[in-house]
Amino acid sequence: MISEKKALTRHADVPGMDVIDHYIKDGGYQGLEKALKRVPQDIVEEVKKSFLRGRGGAGFPTGLKWSFLPKEKTKPFYLVCNADEGEPGTFKDRIIMENDPFLLIEGMTITGYAIRADLGFIYIRGEFKWIAEKLEKAIEQAKKKNLLGKNILNSNYCFDIKVMRGAGAYICGEETALLESIEGKRGEPRTKPPFPANVGLYGCPTIVNNVETLACIPFILQHDAETFKLMGSFQAAGTKLYGISGHVNKPGVYEYPMGTNLKDLIQYAAGGVKNSKKLKAVIPGGLSATILKADEIDVNMDFDSCLKKDTMLGSGGIIVMDEDTSIPEVAMTTINFFTHESCGQCAPCREGLAKIQQILKNLLAGNGTANDLKTIDELANIINGSTLCPLGEAGALAVNAMIQKFRPEFESLVN
Amino acid sequence: MSTTPSPHVVGDKEYKLSQQLKDKITDLSAQYPEKNSVIIPALHLIQDEFGWVPPAAMRQMAQLLNIASNTVFGVASFYTMFNNKPVGRYHIQICRNIACSLNGSKELLEHIMKKLGIQIGEVSNDGKFSVSTVECLGACGSAPVMMVNDVYYENLTEKKVDQIIKSLE
Ligand SMILES: Cc1cc2nc3c(=O)[nH]c(=O)nc-3n(C[C@H](O)[C@H](O)[C@H](O)COP(=O)(O)O)c2cc1C
Ligand code: SF4
Ligand code: FES
Repeated sequence: MISEKKALTRHADVPGMDVIDHYIKDGGYQGLEKALKRVPQDIVEEVKKSFLRGRGGAGFPTGLKWSFLPKEKTKPFYLVCNADEGEPGTFKDRIIMENDPFLLIEGMTITGYAIRADLGFIYIRGEFKWIAEKLEKAIEQAKKKNLLGKNILNSNYCFDIKVMRGAGAYICGEETALLESIEGKRGEPRTKPPFPANVGLYGCPTIVNNVETLACIPFILQHDAETFKLMGSFQAAGTKLYGISGHVNKPGVYEYPMGTNLKDLIQYAAGGVKNSKKLKAVIPGGLSATILKADEIDVNMDFDSCLKKDTMLGSGGIIVMDEDTSIPEVAMTTINFFTHESCGQCAPCREGLAKIQQILKNLLAGNGTANDLKTIDELANIINGSTLCPLGEAGALAVNAMIQKFRPEFESLVN
Repeated sequence: MSTTPSPHVVGDKEYKLSQQLKDKITDLSAQYPEKNSVIIPALHLIQDEFGWVPPAAMRQMAQLLNIASNTVFGVASFYTMFNNKPVGRYHIQICRNIACSLNGSKELLEHIMKKLGIQIGEVSNDGKFSVSTVECLGACGSAPVMMVNDVYYENLTEKKVDQIIKSLE
């Protein structure tokens, strides 16, 4: 058996968490109070010690990222919360923002203090309009309580947060495309370096963090780095929100120690495969992650363990497929998505994905040829490593892995 | 089926930004470190008003902000949420991505198209409904999912869809 651990969902059973008094009564804002008694650098060190790694997909150590900001402050610094939540299979940040908006706001306020930011943005996917409105109301409440705005809790620290809605572009989840979008431009990723910590929003030093990452910060400051670490498992720190969808009995978002076994998550958290069917495949970390066959799911769901199994934790969006699922259909859905969302800046991504899409379409329509699977493999190899951002290769490699792992199903489509 | 614009939008003249909307956009633009950050929020406001982003309205917005119209057109065309042509008063968008397709969104789409007598991208003759597909809406745990205008409908079944459409009559 596995047991839930509640750091991020600790207020989940208390209704009305979008009212600031309820949040404070339930222990909210203790993290900020403690933080403001310490110097900013001290908080960066505490977060480093917690081994918190970014929950947006790449798992970059959060404290380390913060320490890349210039030591001298000659320009404004910005904090940007990535609430784009666009990776298919991912619906976890929404839970935090809908149920416990102040957890994110407190996390941003502490982070803003730690990184000496002047202003914060929450960039939220455009479709989450009602959540954006909820966040705006929460921000107003926090301002009235002097928990945001000028001289927060009578300190010297001033910080404000603005909510910005995207408009339906998955690529705007990529941090530099996101910054372009806040600046009012097309969401086309920038070349890196320079990294946002040096040249970010409006050309100023900027830290971009995911909602879940920022929501971990109040816990770390209210308790300490060690307590947060212990919420995790032997090999990985803290808890993780796992979103489980597809063919399971109880789809939903569940908080467990980082590194909980995938098999157990499906069986115990999500109640197993629906309709007593057999398991066929699992995509463990959002649609960009490499698919796993039913006999490959004995994997601990943390960044390093997933990499060792040649897949990735990504966003922790677990998509479960039963025995009746057609993997070629899933591959088609996958390539349709990535082709549609390519920003079109680099030819290998734009043309390569479209080519793969066409081949798969023909295959599924019964017009495939014996060479098709080889061509896709070659295209995937060309796209891999030749694009400006990871979208192109994510799409190509995800589809290619489906073909390699379920080859007979694809071969049977060729007459 | 035809793509007649919804009745409340006839001709370019109708796409005039009200003084109220103009003031709102100007106020908003002053709240960002750089004024161009208001472009996407302003496009949302325009779409809230007209149901899509008419070029005439975008031109007025560009003029208001003292930026080139082409800049605004370029931004609007990048983002799929901004409709480049009129949609129905009830714009139905069904998620076609992984969790939803595993849970029958394709069949649901067929059902809706048949029921309303329109295909993807079309508007019904009375201007009331239009249908399109969208990518993952971030609600995969309650698949299949659709949006009608700004509102999410989750855990859909054919029966539920019928009820929803009926409630919009
Ligand atoms: C195509 C693409 C889409 C992404 N989408 C998201 C997203 O929706 N949300 C998110 O937090 N990070 C997303 N990321 C990762 C961000 O670029 C960035 O690494 C992350 O926001 C950093 O936050 P973290 O360090 O807290 O994880 C995406 C990356 C790529 C390449
Ligand atoms: S890889 Fe694709 S999405 Fe990324 S920058 Fe290139 S064209 Fe755009
Ligand atoms: S796949 Fe439909 S909401 Fe995510």
